Amino acid sequence: MTVTNNARGIAEGVAFRAPATAVRVRGLSDRAVAWLFILPTMLLLLAINIFPLIWAIRLSFTGLMANLPTPARFIGIDNYLDILTDEDIWANFQITAHFVFWTIALQVLVGLGLALLINQKFRGHSFWTTVILLPMMLSPAVVGNFWTLLFQPQIGPFNYLIGFFTGAAPSSFTMIGSVALAPWTIVLVNTWMWTPYVMLICLAGLRSIPDYIYEAAEVDRASPLRQFVSITLPMVLPFLMLAVLFQAIQSFVMFDLVNLLTSGGPGSTTELVSITLKRAAFEKWETGYASALAVILFVTIFGAANIYVRALNKVKQQ
Amino acid sequence: MRMNKTNLLLTCAAGTLALTLGAASSAQAEGKSLTMCWAAWDPANALVELDKDFTAKTGIEMKHEFVPWTSYADHFINLLNSRSSECDLIIGDSQWIGGAAENKWYVKLNDFFDKNNISMDTFLPATVVGYAEWPKNTPNYWGLPAMADAVGWTYRKDWFAKPELRAEFKAKYNRELEPPKTWDELIEVAKFFTGKEIDGKKVYGAYVFSERGSEGITMGVTNAMYNYGFDYMDPKKPYQMEGIVNSAGAAKGMDVYKELFTCCQPPGLTNAYMQEGLDAFKSGQVAMQMNWYAFFPGLAKDPNVGGDKIGFFKNPAGPAGDFTQLGGQGLSVVAASKNVDDALTYVKWFAQPEVQQKWTDLGGASASKAVLDSDAYKKSAAYAPSFVESMGMVKDFWAEPLYVPLLLDMQNRVHDYVVANKGTSKQALDSLVKDWIKVFKQEGKDPS
Amino acid sequence: MSAVQSPRPFSEPSPLVRWLAGAVVVLYAIITILPLVWIGATAFKSQEDAIAYPPKVFFKPTLEGFVDLFTVQTHQSHDFIAKLPPPKTWYEKIARDRDMVIAGPSRVVERFLNSLIIGFGSTLLATFLGVLAAYGFSRFRVPLADDLLFFILSTRMMPPIAVAVPIYMMYRWLGLYDTRIGMILLYTAVNVSLAVWLLKGFIDEIPREYEEAALVDGYTRLQAFRKVVLPQAATGIAATAIFCLIFSWNEYAFNLLLTSSDAQTMPPYIPFIIGEGGQNWPAVAAGTSLFLLPIMIFTIALRKHLLRGITFGAVRR
Repeated sequence: MTVTNNARGIAEGVAFRAPATAVRVRGLSDRAVAWLFILPTMLLLLAINIFPLIWAIRLSFTGLMANLPTPARFIGIDNYLDILTDEDIWANFQITAHFVFWTIALQVLVGLGLALLINQKFRGHSFWTTVILLPMMLSPAVVGNFWTLLFQPQIGPFNYLIGFFTGAAPSSFTMIGSVALAPWTIVLVNTWMWTPYVMLICLAGLRSIPDYIYEAAEVDRASPLRQFVSITLPMVLPFLMLAVLFQAIQSFVMFDLVNLLTSGGPGSTTELVSITLKRAAFEKWETGYASALAVILFVTIFGAANIYVRALNKVKQQ
Repeated sequence: MRMNKTNLLLTCAAGTLALTLGAASSAQAEGKSLTMCWAAWDPANALVELDKDFTAKTGIEMKHEFVPWTSYADHFINLLNSRSSECDLIIGDSQWIGGAAENKWYVKLNDFFDKNNISMDTFLPATVVGYAEWPKNTPNYWGLPAMADAVGWTYRKDWFAKPELRAEFKAKYNRELEPPKTWDELIEVAKFFTGKEIDGKKVYGAYVFSERGSEGITMGVTNAMYNYGFDYMDPKKPYQMEGIVNSAGAAKGMDVYKELFTCCQPPGLTNAYMQEGLDAFKSGQVAMQMNWYAFFPGLAKDPNVGGDKIGFFKNPAGPAGDFTQLGGQGLSVVAASKNVDDALTYVKWFAQPEVQQKWTDLGGASASKAVLDSDAYKKSAAYAPSFVESMGMVKDFWAEPLYVPLLLDMQNRVHDYVVANKGTSKQALDSLVKDWIKVFKQEGKDPS
Repeated sequence: MSAVQSPRPFSEPSPLVRWLAGAVVVLYAIITILPLVWIGATAFKSQEDAIAYPPKVFFKPTLEGFVDLFTVQTHQSHDFIAKLPPPKTWYEKIARDRDMVIAGPSRVVERFLNSLIIGFGSTLLATFLGVLAAYGFSRFRVPLADDLLFFILSTRMMPPIAVAVPIYMMYRWLGLYDTRIGMILLYTAVNVSLAVWLLKGFIDEIPREYEEAALVDGYTRLQAFRKVVLPQAATGIAATAIFCLIFSWNEYAFNLLLTSSDAQTMPPYIPFIIGEGGQNWPAVAAGTSLFLLPIMIFTIALRKHLLRGITFGAVRR
């Protein structure tokens, strides 16, 4: 999809310069058009994204509390030291990592699996594909909220359903309330919601593999498993990796769904870093501290994404 | 047509923009009006009814903005902080008084009260301290006590009356099955009911607050902790907390609450506050429920569990005290309002004895002595006697300007221990003292 | 579909494999949809049924939830209600049966309207800006293109909560706090990064020969863009629009923090629909279901474009 063609697109853009010069006399020059087209987006992003980012970085070196009238005091890297030596914050990062890893793993497994099955094009597959897409179209906040009703051991259906199949009493366990199960519960709900996204992108990848490649493989008498491993997987991989990239970033900063589902509890066992951040920023109004935490989070994601995109580009080139 | 796709897009965008701008400009209302801000709950509905009288008398229209409890504090503190004039009058939480006074969010009412002969002596002293004064115990008034509230308990009178249960309880504990007067008794009764089958369903002994996000579990645990020796600071040394907050009694109080939560709370209620308690009680899951008195009028009228089936008792005492957690709010005038004079007119009207009486009749809870001390009131409803008694034994959480971090820290430590089984109660309280010292340092009050 | 049609069905899966695949997918679809079915059903339950213990699968449907969603009611005593004139409408009757009197409309319609305006407004704007920028990156040699594209991607990496504080202060200062324009701009800024990345892929796939021909024929670059490229990118634009709309429609955190009453949309509103002291599940379920409808319709209407668009954008030459 997009990534498979970026490099090629730019290369061809270069080769395409010659005819452009021939029509420069007519209408706006290509250079002007290029800037006219790109500039509004860049300006908007600068205003809404970069400016606040720089402001946040500046704030992170102060002890500002946005609800008090006192002006910001420069305190150097105190906020950063506070955060990096706070074992509760490290615990939150661990919880977040656990969440991101498992939800991505499950989304990839189930999403790719579904895409492969749907690609068999059984009767009615497009209808059922649309049905599977529905969870993705909801608001994460609303999802987190109504799953609290579904998970309620006494009045919600989930425990009763599990009890029906396993014989356990519905009130003998609680998904959201137990220290052991709560971290898996947030993985479950997030996966339920976003697997369709991964499925969709993998489906696009599968559809893009031309038949003639399989033909050639058949001629070479490659087994279906061999075909899968050496043709399907490598060609779906760039799409899969793109889906994983967007989903990983999103899970790392996920706030609404988990906050409404568990409020970070029980205790702090599902307190993702984003929840800590929201509490620091908008409940305790420790603006400077919160900004420092945000910068740390951003740098982490930025660094990881950087490495990942490089790996992605390498895969594209194959 | 595809050829005009860009044109179409542009037109749509322009149209949307126009629609937005057009829709954004609001029509100016004719005549005078005041906006009253509060939390969205049953008493708020009663206020809507009550305010019709004000409109009839003065011609000023009353608009109401009610926000759900879960975002009540965030929303309105945000509003007040940014000096918005969206609210003219606000019924703000008792905890906001410190911030409101020091940041001048509210109009100071001393002069107004003096000029209009509104005396704070007509209200229960605890409500004056809790909802109006800052600094505490000084005659500086920032609000008029509006909604008196405290934590109380309901119980299934019909279950307590069942002969077989009464016999069983008597045999086991050698005393009658009655509403508990101490926390020890409370735990005994709760354990007695937990697991029994009543009306074909398994029931549980008690419901207590366990909410993590805003203030729930703190508003619950203090009812135990106050009565075992917890206090916020040394009364002789302001902000001195070491040894007081984390005293042995305080830790025991937390243990007692945890014991009740672990043995007798219905499953799944690990992040539950007011609504879940009402649901659990109304659907017949629990024998006793902790909740705010504000809900008791509604419960008394409930078709399933009201009337003869429901009883009420005040928060049980402990070895070191007999307190209950204060709730309730005061009526204040927002300093940034554009209609301060009209707002003050409302306050004057609201303070009248007839209005206070009607307020309670409609479903609010007046803090006026005249209303609460009257015999008529005590006979008017089953919860009235214990309510009056409770209002005489209330204790409140910090009302400092920085109360939010203080509250959130306690939420964190308490929930970690009571619900998530992390560490011991002493450890939780030791960490809490450290948290609170940090917060006070930010406020410039060094508690050492 | 694929570019090359095979003359013989070499890679057609056997009917058995097809059937099995279908069965697994249908099973998954049903399981995944059950929670939504339960919520949809809850919208038609009475309050008591919604919190019944044990949960009720069969119940007597009522429109209580919807009435609660659309109106503000006050709890009154029997005597008071007895003195009122008889109810004129079906929803009044429903309220009276529960000892409630309707005091006026709730603010849900305003919120819904805000969602429509802000959702569609920001989608249009993001797609518009995105297609322009994507074209620019695709067709021209922009200096530092790779870096700029990564920069665009990185704007998604800052947690919304974090940028919310500076944006909050910035918006207050600019007077954009609690305005629809403010929210539209914000959502556009978030969506445009996804739009640029997706649309660039689609536009890259459109053979340059068409534009070349147009340019040679005397069209300006702008005209070639409008008349040649855009129509071919239509499916890609539709697909991008769907993803952008899904985000803007369902966004919660920014809206919660940067609006109060004028520009609030449905997501911060729905989970907090309060009944007499706590959450009113039938009303919340009703709100959730109604809120899902427009986006479901939008996606189903454009579903062919969605699948084809992603596929089209992925076809290798």
